[in-house]
Amino acid sequence: MTAAATPVPSPATAGERPGARLARSRRNAELSLLVLAMALVAAYGAMVEANVLDTVTPSFWVPAAALSVVFLGMHLVIRFLAPFADPALLPAVALLNGLGVGFLHRLDLAQATPAERAELATFAGIGGRQLAWTLVSVMLAAGLLALMRDHRSVSRYAYTLGLAGIVLVMLPAVLPPSISEINGAKLWVRVGGFSIQPGEFAKLALLVFFAYYLVRKREVLSLASHRVLGIDFPRGRDLGPVLVVWAISLLVLVFEKDLGTSLLYFGMFVVTLYIATERVSWLLIGLVLFFGGAYLAYVLGEAVGGPFANFYLRAEIWLDPFGDPYDKGYQLVQGLLALGTGGMFGAGPGGGQPLLLPEVQNDFIFAGIGEEIGLFGLSALLVIYLLIVERGLRAALAVRDSFGKLLAGGLAFTLGLQVFVIVGGISGLIPLTGQTTPFLSAGGSSLMANWLLIAVLLRVSDAGRRPVTGVGGKVTRPSGGPPEQLHGAPTEVIRP
Amino acid sequence: MPELVITVARFGFLVLLWIFVFTVVGVIRRDLFAGARSGRLVAAPRSVGASTGQATARPAKVKRGRAAHQLVVTAGQLAGTRITLGEAQITIGRAEDSTLVITDDYASARHARLVPRDGQWFVEDLGSTNGTYLDRAKVTGPTPVPLGVPIRIGRTSLELRP
Repeated sequence: MTAAATPVPSPATAGERPGARLARSRRNAELSLLVLAMALVAAYGAMVEANVLDTVTPSFWVPAAALSVVFLGMHLVIRFLAPFADPALLPAVALLNGLGVGFLHRLDLAQATPAERAELATFAGIGGRQLAWTLVSVMLAAGLLALMRDHRSVSRYAYTLGLAGIVLVMLPAVLPPSISEINGAKLWVRVGGFSIQPGEFAKLALLVFFAYYLVRKREVLSLASHRVLGIDFPRGRDLGPVLVVWAISLLVLVFEKDLGTSLLYFGMFVVTLYIATERVSWLLIGLVLFFGGAYLAYVLGEAVGGPFANFYLRAEIWLDPFGDPYDKGYQLVQGLLALGTGGMFGAGPGGGQPLLLPEVQNDFIFAGIGEEIGLFGLSALLVIYLLIVERGLRAALAVRDSFGKLLAGGLAFTLGLQVFVIVGGISGLIPLTGQTTPFLSAGGSSLMANWLLIAVLLRVSDAGRRPVTGVGGKVTRPSGGPPEQLHGAPTEVIRP
Repeated sequence: MPELVITVARFGFLVLLWIFVFTVVGVIRRDLFAGARSGRLVAAPRSVGASTGQATARPAKVKRGRAAHQLVVTAGQLAGTRITLGEAQITIGRAEDSTLVITDDYASARHARLVPRDGQWFVEDLGSTNGTYLDRAKVTGPTPVPLGVPIRIGRTSLELRP
């Protein structure tokens, strides 16, 4: 019993060695990484000007400086509001976002005539608009961090958010195509001069609901009935929720004509279910259901057409992009050619021909950037995405409550899945769909939703890494009081 | 712009990009390896840790070397998990607020608890459906738990270790 008198902070929660008294917040590491990221963004801007304009203008640093101010502000917000948050998340996201802004600015430069270039203001063009959206998104993320001091508090609004999520998903499907359809996919709501992609926000809302629902139901859903090939399969009557989400995502596929969005929602649910129950059978059931559904849509698209025709067309282009390279397959073929032109090391920032690519500012930004930084640079970007996802999953492991685990795990996975869907699409691995590339693509909705996602991950990782006991001599509750009983201590959910 | 400068800058940028990646990896590396040791968990109420550095009241009579310091899960899904024992009771069950949350189909929500009294731990069944067993005997009332004797709950088996 002598050990009980001086317990050490739990290594699982503090993320530190047993015996380490001071849990380190590592905010300074975050700051230095952020400085490095911004230096990269500034270097990118300078090289773009050197290649496109043949000279580096004295104001090349302005977008990078504006971004630095925004991200430094976010860093300070984290320092005060979530001091134990993960140090790698913000710099990684800031670099992607900064390179996105840099690339869009590069498109502006390439499109503008020499006379216009001189007057290209900081917030003009798609690059400038993206810069403004970044500012708004980071402010929203900071606001969310300030409002949500404890991630568990959002579980109170789980049902409201779930309903809001479903409404947001369904909204573009029921609106007339004149409002909601862009390039064949009904994913938008156009109000005035803005087009909003409600599905991006639905992701977050639905995930909160899934996490809350599965924490409640996971005992039932992990009950096993049959054992086939060493895998426990769930009982038939427990298949209800997964079938409902499957049906909804198929409806999305049919009515919004977008495979990526549908894959994203369904994958999100299945993976959260898997994290909650630890049953591999759910993954198998999910994969079988999704591929079955997609194949069915393909067959129906060929035979019936109608609402399935769009998906059938996309699948046909995917199977043979060079079958009709000047019309239907034009976009994908140009993307593949751009990636091929880039080769190993790329043409250098500003050295490519991104304007030949349709939708290079949105869906094909990865191909556009790839032409200029090559496989070597693209793999660095993919590794950065991977690190962000890894940090999210790490936060899920470290946090102690099940809701936080499911929320962070699900969000991290969703981000990874979205990158997979779009990068897989432009590289010809899966049928191309109109997903945005997180943090790179032009567009306010995507940027805002993804920054909110990062804010939630930061909050959860802060909760996970925060030491349970007082930090650096700071005592969390007045000493000398009666010892709290265990029910006052946080639950330790122990998983093997 | 001279061609040479542009070429150098082009490759320099790519190298810098990867340097960033590896710096991020370096920053998070510690965290990754710290996670490998997270099999140990400490079951202590918050305030006990908060008052470290002060003279805390120690339990009066402790037979050194014989006292249990750890609760180890020896069989079941959580096998290998260790909990460092404090002065607070340990609740075991499927309920989320248990100290040791076991996901065992045969465990009840609030299955059993371990209570320390004068340096000796007692196991007590909390009215579980399938019962708690100390070695082979079914636990009916608070029963002292000797070191190294398995407490069985469903498919899970726990032991006190010094």
